[in-house]
Amino acid sequence: MGDWWTPAMMPDPSLDNKELSSISGISMSPSRQNSHHSLHSTMVLPKTSYSVISAFCTEENISQCIAYINQEVCSLGLTGVSLESESGGLSAVLVLNLLYEVLQLQRRAQRALHELETQQLKNSSDLEHLQHSNCRLKDQLEHTRRENSGLHEGERQLQLKIKTLQNCLKSEKEEVQKLQSIISSRATQYNHDSKRKERECTKLKERLNQLLMDKRDKKLSIEMSNYVGRSDGKRGLWKTSKMEARHEGEMYRALLSDYETRQRSLVLENSELKKVLQHMKKDMIAILSPKNVCVQPEPADDSLEQAVSEGEEEAGDRSRESLEQSCEQAREQLTNSIRLQWRKLKSHMERLDSQVSLEREGDEVMSRKEHEDEMQRMRLELQQCKEFIHMQQQLLQQQLSSPCDEETAALLNDCYTLEEKERLKEEWRLFSEQKRNFERERKNFTEAAIRLGHERKAFEEDRAVWLKTQFLNMTPFVDRKRPALSEPHGALAVSTEPEAKLQSTPPLVTKSQSYSVFSTPKAAPVKMPSTADLYRTLHLIPESRLIFQLP
Amino acid sequence: MNFSEVFKQSNQLCKVSPDGKYLATCVQYRLVVRDINSLQIVHLYTCLDQVMHMEWSSDSLFILCAMYKRGLVQVWSLEQPDWHCKIDEGSIGLVSSRWSPDGRHILNTTEFNLRVTVWSLCTKAVSYIKYPKACQKGVDFSADGRYMALAERRECKDYISVFVCDDWHLLRHFESETQDLAGLEWSPNSCVLAVWDSCLEYKILLYSLDGRLLSLYSAYEWSLGIKSVAWSPSSQFLAVGSYDEKVRILNHITWKKITEFEHPATIINTKAVVFKEVEKRPVVGSEDLSIHQLTVDNSLFSTQSKYEITQLPAQVPVIKPDPDRANPKIGISTLAFSADNRFLATKNGTPLSITYARPVVDAVTLLVNSTCREVTIICYMMHLCCWS
Repeated sequence: MGDWWTPAMMPDPSLDNKELSSISGISMSPSRQNSHHSLHSTMVLPKTSYSVISAFCTEENISQCIAYINQEVCSLGLTGVSLESESGGLSAVLVLNLLYEVLQLQRRAQRALHELETQQLKNSSDLEHLQHSNCRLKDQLEHTRRENSGLHEGERQLQLKIKTLQNCLKSEKEEVQKLQSIISSRATQYNHDSKRKERECTKLKERLNQLLMDKRDKKLSIEMSNYVGRSDGKRGLWKTSKMEARHEGEMYRALLSDYETRQRSLVLENSELKKVLQHMKKDMIAILSPKNVCVQPEPADDSLEQAVSEGEEEAGDRSRESLEQSCEQAREQLTNSIRLQWRKLKSHMERLDSQVSLEREGDEVMSRKEHEDEMQRMRLELQQCKEFIHMQQQLLQQQLSSPCDEETAALLNDCYTLEEKERLKEEWRLFSEQKRNFERERKNFTEAAIRLGHERKAFEEDRAVWLKTQFLNMTPFVDRKRPALSEPHGALAVSTEPEAKLQSTPPLVTKSQSYSVFSTPKAAPVKMPSTADLYRTLHLIPESRLIFQLP
Repeated sequence: MNFSEVFKQSNQLCKVSPDGKYLATCVQYRLVVRDINSLQIVHLYTCLDQVMHMEWSSDSLFILCAMYKRGLVQVWSLEQPDWHCKIDEGSIGLVSSRWSPDGRHILNTTEFNLRVTVWSLCTKAVSYIKYPKACQKGVDFSADGRYMALAERRECKDYISVFVCDDWHLLRHFESETQDLAGLEWSPNSCVLAVWDSCLEYKILLYSLDGRLLSLYSAYEWSLGIKSVAWSPSSQFLAVGSYDEKVRILNHITWKKITEFEHPATIINTKAVVFKEVEKRPVVGSEDLSIHQLTVDNSLFSTQSKYEITQLPAQVPVIKPDPDRANPKIGISTLAFSADNRFLATKNGTPLSITYARPVVDAVTLLVNSTCREVTIICYMMHLCCWS
């Protein structure tokens, strides 16, 4: 019954004094004592738990309630309410005291709880605050770190800028120096020229003066003995516009002829170069022709196809080219085709180069001879390995299939098992030794146990004798009892040791009789007790004694 | 080598006639004409003053002697020793005088470059060309003698006039895109005129015969520019030597640089052969020799000297000129192509230094440690070919 109440009896802190006070009143009401339904229904309303608490104590189970309450109260450390069995009712003072103490406890608990709550709130708020500040500080730190790195970066850039500006400055200075030197040289040149001009001017002025002053004016004249004929023998001609036109015409003719000669030479050069280019193209096509397909199959196909198509085009081109040598399109075609071929040739050369470099570095591509040598060597090795394997196989077959004669087989077997035999012998020896040791110890143990048993028996006999003597000493019938002493001596011994000797004993010969101090010659032939008896005797096995004895 | 006796000459006026038959030398105011084989005096003429300039006519019939101080030019005939001609420029003075290619006209440049007077020996006619430019090479005749290019400067701008040498008819007159024209030169085929700027600006212009600008080439800016220019005989290449000690070769089709030759102080090119002159007598220095002049000097030929091949790398002695002076003596001063267009000889630096000869195509260098005398030998390309 007490167990049934335990869930309902959890101390409810929400219960206030009013409710507590009403408990005692309600607990006496007999109205709802056997109402399971009400109990269950009132479980829903924890606050108004009069009926719950009224269900706790009824008329019948007052004592139980009291006991329970005592128990609970004792566990809380308060003094219990004693049950006055005669009156059947509780001492109000004690109950009130108890109630008061409980209330005190409750109040203290509540206060503590309140304090704890406030503390907890404080702590939680503190924690929150700390967390916030931590976050804020972390953010700040991050921010400052970023700023720092930004500033570093800015500084680095500025340093770079400084360096470049310094370089610029140096170059500018050099430039300035150069310009200054140029300026100075030009200045000297100008000065020199101006001085020269000035000197000329003064000379001119002097001459002018001289001329002005000089009256005699020498006229320019030519004296010749006779006229000289013209160098080409022709007669001189008057200057007319026709002459002028002729001169102009001659001039233009000269220019035109010069241009024509130049053009002719350029055309010649051009045709020569074109021929050279065509030859080059032919050669390039020849180089990239089918005989190089084996080296590089795939790409050469493309080039070959293109070369073939090019070749077809070429025939047409050539015929056309010969007709229109200066045609723009023909020229472009030629140059384009040359470029194409050259590119192919270049790529081909690059491929060859890479191949050669690979050959030098790696072992994958080898020359033919080396390749063959390698192959020969490998074949030889293979042959040798095969022979070896064959030999091994044969030997194995021999081994497995038949031993040559019994002796050798036996010998072989012996050879193989000898070691095992030896090992086994060794182990067997060890085992037997251990067994012997164990037997010896067991013997000792049992002897000791027997001894102990004897000693105990003797001790019990003595005790019994002593008690008996004591008892008999207390009574007036001393003489009559004395001869009876010896009889019940053994009987007592027998009666007091019913368990010790009832069981059968293993048929072991014992020498323990000599060891026993209190042994009597009348004792029955002592048989060796079993181990279980031994243990039981030695109180090592607990007898089935009941711990709780019900009255 | 056998040398004849030494003949006197002044002003280095010693010229062989174009037909190679006569040798003319001037001694003070006398003109001595010798037969080249026998070296016998064939003619002897006397001029009115010390001859400053002497020139054979192209047909070897006439010799002109110019006396700049007096402003006189005298022309002598070989066929008729009695024939004489005297041209007097008058008070205007004379700075230079030259023959025209046909050998019948004389071009006199007056003092202060006021004008160029063209005197005709056939007609005694005079033509004037105004505003010629006084520059390094302001006049050039084409190789066939048909055209003459003249640089002019009017109103601070450069112009080029192309004349037909037949009758001095002005064929073309066009503005040149140079800042300050320094020189012009016809290509050997007479179709292209190369015009280059003064050393303050690296610019070379190529004009066709009719005055169209074909191309402009400028290697760099601001530093001192072109010092010398030379055409290859086939007109295919134009070599431009500059103050940065480099020669740049342009090709005639695109007028772009095809190659560039450097003149480093140390020759390390393994294909180069270096000849070093070992002298046994002290060097006889002489003043600037123009590449077109021949020096007949006993000391030249009497010095014992050998050329031996030195090991590479060869260190080339460099005399650092004074950069503060105008027209510094650095850079490529002379260029000359060999007749077969295969070699180019260049002279870098001061006259006492190096001459390079290299093939136009291969850039194999033949180095000669030269004194000024070697220059004269180098200019005869046949000699160079012998050595190579």
